[in-house]
Amino acid sequence: MVLIFSVFSKYILTFLIAVYSIQCFSVFRHREEKERDGIYLWQNIAMSLIYLISFLTLYLNTKDADLLNFYGLTQLILWAVILLYRFMYPEASKLLVNNMCMLMSIGFVILARLNFAKAKKQFIVALISIGMAIVIPYILKKFKRLRRFYILLAAAGIGALVFVLVFSTAINGSKLNIKIGGVSFQASEFVKIIFVFSMAGILTCMKSKYRVLTATIVAGIHVLLLVASKDLGSAIIFFIVYVIMLFVATGNLLYFIGGLLGAAVSSAAGFELFSHVRVRVEAWRDPLSNIDNSGYQIAQSLFAIGTGGFTGLGLTEGAPERIPVVEADFIFAAISEEFGVLFGICLILICVSCFVMFMNIAMRFNDMFYKLVAVGLAATYGFQVFLTIGGVTKFIPLTGVTLPLVSYGSNSIMVSLIMFSVIQGLYISVRSSNDSNEGSEV
Amino acid sequence: MIFKRKNKEKPIKANREIMTITCIFAALFIALIGYIAYFTAFKSDVFINNTYNNKRAGLLAEKIVRGKILSRDGNLLAVTGEDGEGNEIRNYPYGNLFAHAVGFYSKDNGTIGIEAVTNFKLLTSNDIITERLSNDVNGRKNGGDTIISTLDIGMQEAAFNALGDRKGAVIATDVTTGEILALVSKPDFDPNHIDEIWDLVNEDKDNSPLLNRACQGLYPPGSTFKIVTALEYIKENPDPYGYEFDCTGSFEYEDVKINCYHGQPHGHLDLGSSFARSCNSSFANISSMLDRKSFGETCDTLLFNTDIPCPYSFKQSGIDISGDSDAADVIQAGIGQGKTQITPIHMNMITSAIANDGILMKPMAILEIKNIRGGLVKHYDKKEYARLMSIDEAHALKDLMRGVITNGTGSRLKDTNGYEAAGKTGSAEYSKDKTKSHAWFTGFAPLDSPKIAVTVIVEGGGSGGETAVPIARTVFDEYFQR
Repeated sequence: MVLIFSVFSKYILTFLIAVYSIQCFSVFRHREEKERDGIYLWQNIAMSLIYLISFLTLYLNTKDADLLNFYGLTQLILWAVILLYRFMYPEASKLLVNNMCMLMSIGFVILARLNFAKAKKQFIVALISIGMAIVIPYILKKFKRLRRFYILLAAAGIGALVFVLVFSTAINGSKLNIKIGGVSFQASEFVKIIFVFSMAGILTCMKSKYRVLTATIVAGIHVLLLVASKDLGSAIIFFIVYVIMLFVATGNLLYFIGGLLGAAVSSAAGFELFSHVRVRVEAWRDPLSNIDNSGYQIAQSLFAIGTGGFTGLGLTEGAPERIPVVEADFIFAAISEEFGVLFGICLILICVSCFVMFMNIAMRFNDMFYKLVAVGLAATYGFQVFLTIGGVTKFIPLTGVTLPLVSYGSNSIMVSLIMFSVIQGLYISVRSSNDSNEGSEV
Repeated sequence: MIFKRKNKEKPIKANREIMTITCIFAALFIALIGYIAYFTAFKSDVFINNTYNNKRAGLLAEKIVRGKILSRDGNLLAVTGEDGEGNEIRNYPYGNLFAHAVGFYSKDNGTIGIEAVTNFKLLTSNDIITERLSNDVNGRKNGGDTIISTLDIGMQEAAFNALGDRKGAVIATDVTTGEILALVSKPDFDPNHIDEIWDLVNEDKDNSPLLNRACQGLYPPGSTFKIVTALEYIKENPDPYGYEFDCTGSFEYEDVKINCYHGQPHGHLDLGSSFARSCNSSFANISSMLDRKSFGETCDTLLFNTDIPCPYSFKQSGIDISGDSDAADVIQAGIGQGKTQITPIHMNMITSAIANDGILMKPMAILEIKNIRGGLVKHYDKKEYARLMSIDEAHALKDLMRGVITNGTGSRLKDTNGYEAAGKTGSAEYSKDKTKSHAWFTGFAPLDSPKIAVTVIVEGGGSGGETAVPIARTVFDEYFQR
């Protein structure tokens, strides 16, 4: 009977997430938020069913009653987040709230399956972060002069990166973490958000003569510090975010093309200069020939995705624990193996829907500062999703970044939740100002 | 404030830029999704069946009874049964006969052959859904799918018996479809007892019975390589038939000296008789005249130094000819000696392409997959792999290879019953002792519209014409006499 449930549940889960992700895009057909309410409700039902069926499958296979307690508690909190946003911020984007909870719940399920202790830890950090993040829209509304402090923001970001570079000890050759009071912080995660704000400040507040040069110097320092810490994934994200923000701020296509060319040249230089870059590229080109060393991770990831196939092996039926760092960087491979590649593709679509929503918010602003912040955060999010999923599927070389809101990692989940709250804050402010101006939505 | 906001003076909507960025990201994600779907549908097999992925095969085996492997006409080659205590065991009704072609599957010692190539397919059940559900409910295992191989029992037996107790390999393929009809490698082993004999066969480095010599054995090609040398000569010379050479039993070029087989002079030769009688001196002379860069490219086209489309685990054949090669090396290579190494199945592929007007059909070992009830799951269609040479070049080589039978070293394939064969012999020296050689033959039949290609190698077998040709003849006879 248990097997029947596992077998059937994977088809039902795929169906439910397909319904959910299609609705992510069908909301854009309706102009009025009120007309969208029905869709949002269906999404809530779909995500609750996915959560229920997944945990039931896990419980039937492990008979661990603790899982049911965890399910009950986390489900209540997720519902509470949805309701809280509704009451505290009626103007917030319900699509983003839904997506945020959907991605977190997929994360909780797969973490509970892979490593229950880590799932619990992730939940506690998420709870604290939600508590912190839910006031962000309010702060953004009250604190409108943030843009003036761009020099301070840039200095803080650079300072944090220098601090980590100098004082941290290297793990796997990369200097990423710093321990403060027993809690490990990955500075580059937090600096991502500060960086976007400082870039937006520089590009909107400075005289146009100096702003491009200043932005380039500040971004360059960030990127070089990250390269020095051997955090290449973050370095690439920062660089791309800089190029995109510069392009949107100036409207100059040459900056964009020049930036991409610069990225290509520096990637080639990185390949020549750093042996660890060459090792990763070689592992990407031919993981099976390098399976005993550098190709091991990516080969295991592809074994998992390939064996799972389109419909997956069923929750608990696969062997995702064979993939190194499966809970963090390789979470997408574990999801694909057990839920199936179709489920994984739907997960990508949900992430794309978040990205489109971020960009959509950016387009509604007349205020360049907020516009740039939204674009910067959208680029940060979208590019990180592309890097991690592209990496574990061998579409591009592996860079070792996490899937926001889904992957295990205190810093990752905290920063992702803050990012979503900032976007919500922007959305609320643009809706209230547009409502007073025109009374209609885009 | 020192800095004034500039966007009021110069209004930038910037939404066009934002749309551009959004579209670029959308394109990236569409490409990513397309790639993942493509990988899952078409490219995942090589990862799924990798031996490092055995853990997952083990998981599947807990729920599925490994499927059967059948010959092309439906005889059982591998089947899962039970021993006296109710444990699953894998039975191979033909014992040693298909040791390498079908291979073995062992929980402890891994898997090779078709068992390895189709590992996950055998552990997949496409039985009707109601039956699978009923099995799940009742705690029974589902029946895995059945693999129908391309192997032919009659052909396999003919090849197996003809090779006898000698070390070597025999391969027979259908040149029009790429189907592998027979694949024998010796010494072999009994796959029914693989776990009991494992230490013995695994540690036997002198005989290496676990090595599939047909696909993984690298041998000097000897005179069979003259097919390649002749092809290059035909390519470079518009009138190859005007070639003339007087053989004195040896050929000297700078500081290299090449001897004919047992030093016997062949007298006055043209290209056809040089090839038919396998004159080393004449082919050394031809090699010395060839354009080395173009020669190297021809070898690349014929799949040297690259992956070959072999359904089994294989080794790459190696050759070192390029624009920078020494004359001495090229002359050695041109008669199939020196550093050149080739697998028998690769030699069979080149032969198949010559027989099939220059086109190599993708070699295949599996015809169909059926579910446990006999319902078709997947049929594998024949596929062109690549054109290795032009039609004219293939026809010219065909004529040369026919000459080997009618008035050359392959005379033991003359006067055959009901078919005319063509081919090339080889006696490849493999050690300091020049009297020892591997016996090669590779050829096809019938001459007019070729059906099958047969390749034979006998390690230390001496003369190809004397040792390898009769084995090939037995296999051809089996094919054409029924």
